[in-house]
Amino acid sequence: MADVKKMATREGYGKALVELGKDHDDIVVLDADLAGSTKTGMFAKVYPDRHFNCGIAEADMMCVAAGLASTGLVPFASSFAMFASGRAYEQIRNSIGYPELNVKIGASHGGMSVGEDGASHQCCEDFALMRSIPGMVVICPADGVEAEAATKAAYAHKGPVYLRMGRLAVPVFHEEGFTFQIGKGEVMRDGSDIAIIANGLMVYEAIQAADALEKLGIHPRIINMSTIKPLDEELVLKAAKECGKVITCEEHSIIGGLGEAVCSFLSEHYPVPVRRIGVNDQFGFSGPAAEVLKAFGLCAEHIVEVTLEFLGK
Amino acid sequence: MTSQEKKQLQVTACKVRMGIIESTHAAKCGHPGGSLSAADLFTYLYFRELRVDPANPQWADRDRFVLSKGHCAPGLYAALAHRGFFPVADLVQLRKVGSYLQGHPNMNSVPGVDMSTGSLGQGISAACGMALAAKVKKQDYRVYTLLGDGEIQEGQVWEACMFASHYHLDNLCVIIDNNGLQIDGDVAKVMSPYPIDTKLEAFGFHVRTIDGHDLDAIEEALNEARTIQGKPCAIVMRTVKGKGVSFMENEAGWHGVAPNDAQYEQAMTELKAALAALEGM
Repeated sequence: MADVKKMATREGYGKALVELGKDHDDIVVLDADLAGSTKTGMFAKVYPDRHFNCGIAEADMMCVAAGLASTGLVPFASSFAMFASGRAYEQIRNSIGYPELNVKIGASHGGMSVGEDGASHQCCEDFALMRSIPGMVVICPADGVEAEAATKAAYAHKGPVYLRMGRLAVPVFHEEGFTFQIGKGEVMRDGSDIAIIANGLMVYEAIQAADALEKLGIHPRIINMSTIKPLDEELVLKAAKECGKVITCEEHSIIGGLGEAVCSFLSEHYPVPVRRIGVNDQFGFSGPAAEVLKAFGLCAEHIVEVTLEFLGK
Repeated sequence: MTSQEKKQLQVTACKVRMGIIESTHAAKCGHPGGSLSAADLFTYLYFRELRVDPANPQWADRDRFVLSKGHCAPGLYAALAHRGFFPVADLVQLRKVGSYLQGHPNMNSVPGVDMSTGSLGQGISAACGMALAAKVKKQDYRVYTLLGDGEIQEGQVWEACMFASHYHLDNLCVIIDNNGLQIDGDVAKVMSPYPIDTKLEAFGFHVRTIDGHDLDAIEEALNEARTIQGKPCAIVMRTVKGKGVSFMENEAGWHGVAPNDAQYEQAMTELKAALAALEGM
């Protein structure tokens, strides 16, 4: 796989902001002293008059974004997932969510793949926090191309959107020019022995797992569920009916994220056995991203193990 | 302002105070104390300062007002109603199920409310965003926000002050209602915010301290604020919590408690007498 093109989802976000800025003068971008890391710096270079650094003040930034949005501008407010969703949770709930303001939150460095910075920065709770806010759309794209398309879709959507991106460069498997539809999952492999529903960097891991499983005669259905809210219930239902068993995979706590969204839906509409792969109610630790991910079972090998055990093979 | 204009504003402020008492009494809860301390300011803003059009509350070029101390919604609602944004008779629907007059301001349900507030410290940041938007879009509207003196204990307020100064938001006027009391008592004893004026100056504001019940002083400070360029303005208003209702004045207990029937009668009697005295002048 040495020749696979890699790109961080935050790169896709930065690229999309620059492109959106060209055609839409209502876009303004806010950052909290992380413009180089969140990639809003790419926008700042081209449109310095529409990029505002708020300093290390995420609470203020979210409410400034709300004020900007109240006048018809479309702010993208960026920080690390930990500080965007965690530090500023209540600002997002009360000043963006409750007034239904058209603010886009671009949160980078989500999940364990932050790596060396360790637990204080490895946010695995953001899906749970953001999902709980009425009206909030929650998206976690799987690769750089999808992130670019999702950012454009977030602009086109009227209302608050939380976009979770990663630090790590991950393999690109979407074609350039891909169109993103909020609330629509994507079938990456069409098997029916088991359904594996993933998002973020776990989608590529699930595809790798499918390659290994297919060699063993097992044909999983791989679904990229990049929109966690609203969940593509139709696709989940079809997968449960046709595959009978479901595994969810996410770079997030098993509490409150994709796994729980899928379980909540299925338990009320079509109960089937489910296994959730994610962070098991733990804090992370420092280390190279790939090693940390592996330690928490956020890798293709673990998906294969869980699948075999789940199918009794 | 002429003495006739001033008298008219005083009459209106008295009616705004009656609206506060009537609405919180009808709701059997709410926040009369801080609403009454800011009643003169609400009146001055909506009847003399703000460029607003009650027939077109979403007018893009309107001046904005953000009630950062959102719990004083009864005062804001009474001023909006008397200014014609909605019927004065609706004030008694405050906090009732199905009412558009939510306990704290909701910009999507109440005509004339520019920002949903209630969680302290957030409104001033939203006001900064509105003021910044005017700069980005090259519009000439101004933005006003009112904070409580207890509210400025919130760290976010000072993040917002840094922001306002950093981006030279001279179209922003931050007003502090320094009535000296918060829920748990004297602000100086709970967690002193003092000195307020020099803190704001250190953050880059042009600061004026005034008597918040003196309409001439309010006028002078707001007129001066409009002339300041390159920096935001702050007005620290010294006020009396519960102003205008004798038994509520300077009593922290009236922060978030509604008058009962007997107290309502007494408060309305006092306010009616004040109104009659003004109208007889």
